[in-house]
Amino acid sequence: MYVLDSLVYRLRRGCETLPYPEGPPPALPERHGGALRLDGSKCAAGCTACLPVCPTEALTRPGPAPAQLDLGRCIFCAACVTACPTGAITPTGDYRLAARRREDLVLGGANGPETARLAAALDEKLRRLFGRSLRLRQVSAGGCNACEADTNVLSTIGWDLGRFGVQFVASPRHADGLLVTGPVSEGMELALRKTWEAVPEPRLVIAVGACAIAGGPFVGHPQVHNGAAAVVPVDLFIPGCPPHPLTILDGLLRLLGRLEQAAPGCAL
Amino acid sequence: MNARSEFLPLTNGGAVAWQEIPVWSVETLVEETAVALDDGARLCAWFGVPEGDGVSVVAVLARDAEGRLEVARSRPVRGGYPALTPRQTQAHLFERELWEQHGVKPEGHPWLKPVRRARNGAPLNGEFFRVEGTEVHEVAVGPVHAGIIEPGHFRFQCAGEEVLHLEIALGYQHRGVEEALPGGPHRATLAQMETVAGDTTVGHATAYATVMEALAGTEAPLRAQWLRALALELERLANHTGDLGALANDVAFLPTSAACGRIRGDFLNLTALICGNRFGRRLVTPGGCGFDLEPERAQRLLAGLDRAMGDLEHAAAWFWDSATVRARFEGVGAVSDRAAREIGLVGPAARACGLVRDVRYDHPAGWHRLAQVPVAVWPGGDVLARARVRWLEIQRSVQFLREQVPAGPEGPVRVPLPAPGGERLAVALVEGWRGEVCHVALTDAAGRFRRYKLVDPSFHNWTGLALALRGTAISDFPICNKSFNLSYCGADL
Repeated sequence: MYVLDSLVYRLRRGCETLPYPEGPPPALPERHGGALRLDGSKCAAGCTACLPVCPTEALTRPGPAPAQLDLGRCIFCAACVTACPTGAITPTGDYRLAARRREDLVLGGANGPETARLAAALDEKLRRLFGRSLRLRQVSAGGCNACEADTNVLSTIGWDLGRFGVQFVASPRHADGLLVTGPVSEGMELALRKTWEAVPEPRLVIAVGACAIAGGPFVGHPQVHNGAAAVVPVDLFIPGCPPHPLTILDGLLRLLGRLEQAAPGCAL
Repeated sequence: MNARSEFLPLTNGGAVAWQEIPVWSVETLVEETAVALDDGARLCAWFGVPEGDGVSVVAVLARDAEGRLEVARSRPVRGGYPALTPRQTQAHLFERELWEQHGVKPEGHPWLKPVRRARNGAPLNGEFFRVEGTEVHEVAVGPVHAGIIEPGHFRFQCAGEEVLHLEIALGYQHRGVEEALPGGPHRATLAQMETVAGDTTVGHATAYATVMEALAGTEAPLRAQWLRALALELERLANHTGDLGALANDVAFLPTSAACGRIRGDFLNLTALICGNRFGRRLVTPGGCGFDLEPERAQRLLAGLDRAMGDLEHAAAWFWDSATVRARFEGVGAVSDRAAREIGLVGPAARACGLVRDVRYDHPAGWHRLAQVPVAVWPGGDVLARARVRWLEIQRSVQFLREQVPAGPEGPVRVPLPAPGGERLAVALVEGWRGEVCHVALTDAAGRFRRYKLVDPSFHNWTGLALALRGTAISDFPICNKSFNLSYCGADL
C-alpha cells in the first residue's frame, strides 16, 4: 500500500522546500545568538574579563586598543557575552557570517569592524563558470561529524541545494571545488592535498566551521594543522561550531553571486 | 596475596581513591580480568597510567546483571606482559592502544599494530591481513569516501563478490583529544568533549560532566539530570531517524529516505529549542545544564515532538510495509550473538544480536535511576535487526519524552561545582545513541587530570562491522556500514 499512501501523503504536504532566498529565511532558534558584534568603544581601559573565558582564545587584547574577536576561531559559546561587564560583545541574531578573506572575520582591535565583512561574490569569469552549476567534493579532515551533518542537511528536501545548481559529488575529478571540515588532522593532510590536486582548475576551496578555519577547539594541538588554509588556498570561510545550515547556504549563494546585497532577512 | 583477588566495586557515576584500588601483578590482573569476562563481565576500559618509569594498567569492568562496575590496576609494568587478547577478544583494540600510547607490549597479541598513529602524512597502518589465492583480490577504499562522511580506510579480501575478510584501518581523524587532557581540565576541555563525536555531543558531555561531579564528590541538581536525560533521547531520535533514512536511501527507497532527512532536522531543532544549538552544545556543563526548559518551552517541545513523530510513523510504515526493503535487509551482514558477546559489542548493534545490554537499564545514573527505559532487543544480528532496534528505540524514546517532559522536578539547573578531589578515579557510563560512552578520569594530588580515558562506543563496534562483512557480498557494504553508522573521530580521538 505504500505507493498509494506515500503519493497521497506527499500531495497533501505540498512543497516542503524553504521559500528562501526568494521568500524570508527560516528563523534561527531563539537561543541561537547568530553572529557576534564587538563594539570596541565600550571596552573599558585595561579590561580583560572576556579573555580567560574564551575556550579557543578567539579574544585577544594585546595593547591599549580594544579587545579583538576572531570569529573564525570563535565557537559561539557566548561565554564572553556573559563575562563582558560593559556589554561590548553582543549577539546580533544574524545568520550571515561567511567571509572571503580571513581578516574579514576579525572584529575590534585597533581598527577592525564591529561585525564581520560579508563575502563578496566571485569575479565575473568564475561566476560565469560556477554561478549556475557548482559541483563540490566534501573532505572531512578531523571533523567531528557536526559540520558534515549540517552540510548534508542542505541536500534534503527542506533545503534542496540542487535548485541552485550546487551538488556534492563522489569524485574530485567531477568537482569544481572542495568543501573542507575539520582542523586538518595530520593523518588527513596528504589525503586533503591529493584530493585538492585531483580537482581540475580553476577550483574553489570552502572551509566550513571553526575547526576548518582555525582549528576550533583543537587549535594548537600538535596533531592538527589549525585549519584548511595551512594545506590548500581557501576562497570562503564559513564560521560556526557547527554553522547553522542557513549560514552555510548563505555563504555558498553569496560566493556564487546569487544573493543581492539587500537580501531579505537582514532585519533578523 | 589472597587466593582470590577481588576487584574494587563502584557504581556508575562514582569515584574511588586511587590508593583504594587493588594493586596486583600484571599477570594477576590479566588472569582475574579473563576470569571475570568469562563469568559474564564486560571490558569497559583497559588503559595505562604512567607511573615512574613504568606504566600501571587499569581495568574497568561492567557487571551488567548486578549493576556494578569493577576496577583494579597493576603494579608498574616495564617492557611487556602476557596479553589478555588471546583469551579475551574484546581486549584486542585496547591492548593495541596501550602498546601505541605507552610502548607496553602485550606479548602474544595476535595482531599487534598501531590504532591511530600517523607517520609521513598518513596513519601507520602496517601490513594488512592478506588472503592468498589466484581467485582472491583485494579492494582498498578510503580514506576519502564518496559522500559527506568522515575518513577511514577499508581493506577487503574478496573471492569474486564475496568478502572473505575486512580490515578497518582508522586514525585519520586523530586530533589528540586524550593527550591534551593531563593537567586539565583546560578551558577548551568542555568544547573538546562536545566534539569527541559531534553527533554524540550530549552523550560525551554528560559523561564528562558526571565524571567532574563525581570527582568533586557531588552530583548535578535533579532538574539538570532530568534535562540531560531528555536531551540524550532527543539526540538518539535525530540520529536513529537519520540512520533509517540513510538505510532507505542505500536500497533506493526514496520516500522514506526523503522524509527521514527532513524529520531528522525536526528533532535536531527540538534540541536547538532548548539550547539554541542543533547538536546540544553548551546544554550540558559540569555542575548542571547551561539552559533550562521552562514549562512554556516544554509545551512547544512536546508539540514539535508529536508533529515529527506523526510524520515519522508514516515514513517508517512505508519502509516496513515494503517487502522489497525487508528482503534487502534480511540475512545481510549478520553477526552471531556469540561473536557479539566475544568482541564486546555495545548499543543498538549488540541489542540487534539479542543481547540485553543498555547502560540506562543496567547501570542507571542520573535521572535514569528514577525513570527507566525498556531495553529494545531484536534477534538475528543482521541489517534488518539493527534497523528494527532503531525503530523500537525511536518509539521508546518518544514515549519516554512524552512521560518525562511534564515530570520535571523543581529547582535550579546548575550549581557551582567544588574543586575535584585529589588522587581519585571516577567512572561514568552513558548510553549514547551508538552505545556505551565511557569516561574514566584520574586526578593528581592537586586535583588536576593525571590521566583521562575516553571510550566511544565505536571503539568496541568497528570490529562488529568487520565481522558482519564476512561472507557478505561486497556490494552490500554500504547497507552494512549504515546499519552500524560508527564514528571515525570518536574512535580516533
